[in-house]
Amino acid sequence: MKLLRQKVWFIIFHIAVLIGIVFLFTIIVVIMLNGMKVLSIEFITGFPRKGMTEGGIFPAIIGTLLLAMIAICFALPLGVFAAIYLCEYAENRLLLRIIRGANNALAGTPSVVFGLFGLSVFVKLFGFGVSLLSGGLTLGILILPVIIRATEEAIRAVPHEFRYASYALGATKWQTIRGTVLPVAIPGILTSAILGIGRAAGETAPILFTAATFYTRRLPRSLFDEVMALPVHIYGLMTEGMYPQYHVPIAYGTAFVLLMLVLAINLIAIIIRYHMRRAKRW
Amino acid sequence: MVRSKIVIEHLNLWFDDNHVLKNINLHIPEQAVTAIMGPSGCGKSTLLRCINRMNDFIPGTRIEGHILIDGKDIYHDTINVYELRKRVGMVFQKPNPFPKSIFENVAYGLKIHGIRDRKLLHEKVRKALIDANLWDEIKNRLHEPALELSGGQQQRLCIARALAVEPEIILLDEPASALDPISTAKLEELIRKLREKYTIVIVTHNLQQAARVSDYTAFMLMGEIVEFDVTTKIFTNPKDRRTENYLMGKFG
Repeated sequence: MKLLRQKVWFIIFHIAVLIGIVFLFTIIVVIMLNGMKVLSIEFITGFPRKGMTEGGIFPAIIGTLLLAMIAICFALPLGVFAAIYLCEYAENRLLLRIIRGANNALAGTPSVVFGLFGLSVFVKLFGFGVSLLSGGLTLGILILPVIIRATEEAIRAVPHEFRYASYALGATKWQTIRGTVLPVAIPGILTSAILGIGRAAGETAPILFTAATFYTRRLPRSLFDEVMALPVHIYGLMTEGMYPQYHVPIAYGTAFVLLMLVLAINLIAIIIRYHMRRAKRW
Repeated sequence: MVRSKIVIEHLNLWFDDNHVLKNINLHIPEQAVTAIMGPSGCGKSTLLRCINRMNDFIPGTRIEGHILIDGKDIYHDTINVYELRKRVGMVFQKPNPFPKSIFENVAYGLKIHGIRDRKLLHEKVRKALIDANLWDEIKNRLHEPALELSGGQQQRLCIARALAVEPEIILLDEPASALDPISTAKLEELIRKLREKYTIVIVTHNLQQAARVSDYTAFMLMGEIVEFDVTTKIFTNPKDRRTENYLMGKFG
């Protein structure tokens, strides 16, 4: 009887995993099949032509990569410093709980809200206009809470013995953090950073009003230029495309490229973590 | 009479409401090995951590009384605790090398105290590893991860790391409790060698170990020092009945 019950639960868990995997693969396959018609080397390296009914999505790929880079360059140092403060220096427990709560709330805020925030602050108030910079910063704020939380977890996972060993040699708190805690926590921090890049690359709403344009003929030349971006390109083709017979396959093709890009970024994170964990086992 | 390096006077310690150390008075002689033995939970490790102020990190700790090193109270406001810990090295129960190379482990303390010159670093690391009886075993693998060493080698590496910053006192907190008998023998040989230059305090619940390595032994029970004397006297002719019972294996 006990054994039977165990078996039933085991099968239920098994099915749950299978369903999850099946969905992942169907998504990839469906998107690939629908976009098959347009996928080619030229689709990746070319510019859009003839009212976006032909040609490639090169500027959107570049735009998305640039936006994600700016976001991470802004959010990573800020997030790591904030996490160090929260883990190692903050002493007021009430304040700490409020900050953590706010951070979690921020992590759960719908991304379109960040878009509106970016519009009113970066675009209007700071006068950056609809630009690479505004969009990158907006995305940076979007991924900031995720990075703070992941970095905090990485710092907390550093065994106490290492800190004690450092203190016992006469190290100050900052020397211990810099010399021992951060080097040990770095695989976790980098993983969170790369996952943050992936998240930033895939978002539509935060850049819709702050950075993206549906069509430009040239690549951005400065931080204050508008850019094309993959998610917004898909959105534009599906909502404003006049020729569905051309636009819909391009949208699917773009979605496939975006999907592969995000998966590749996640894969890099996994590889980095694997290598660093192996080099720094304890 | 031998000179006392560390003088502990009327030391009381509480963790919140828990009275852990009760009126400890102890004169620890210079350039000798002093063992603090006693059953688990008697407060011996806590007493050890008072000497380099590692208890500062445990919230809710309250200390009264004095610990004097070379006549200076280490709990006085003017004491620089980082300088203190440089003078009073510590080796922990479980070997805890950093997840860095062997070289970087020993160089860590030196870098913290401002030594940047590569040649000097190398020289001091080499010397510390020689003093810790480890150099011959690892001289060709200095840049390999320390965590690939055996447990006994890791513990001697931790001693080398402590020696590198040139302390005067070395505190050993049950340093052999995670080691096999052969590694333990090597470690004890090292401790006996080190007493020529350093004042050593070792905490252990292993009677034979205390007998083998120490010159003086303090017996602790429930937060109090029951008896303190030359090791041979404690083991052959204990004055207190509780010490005798412990030595005869009646508890602990």
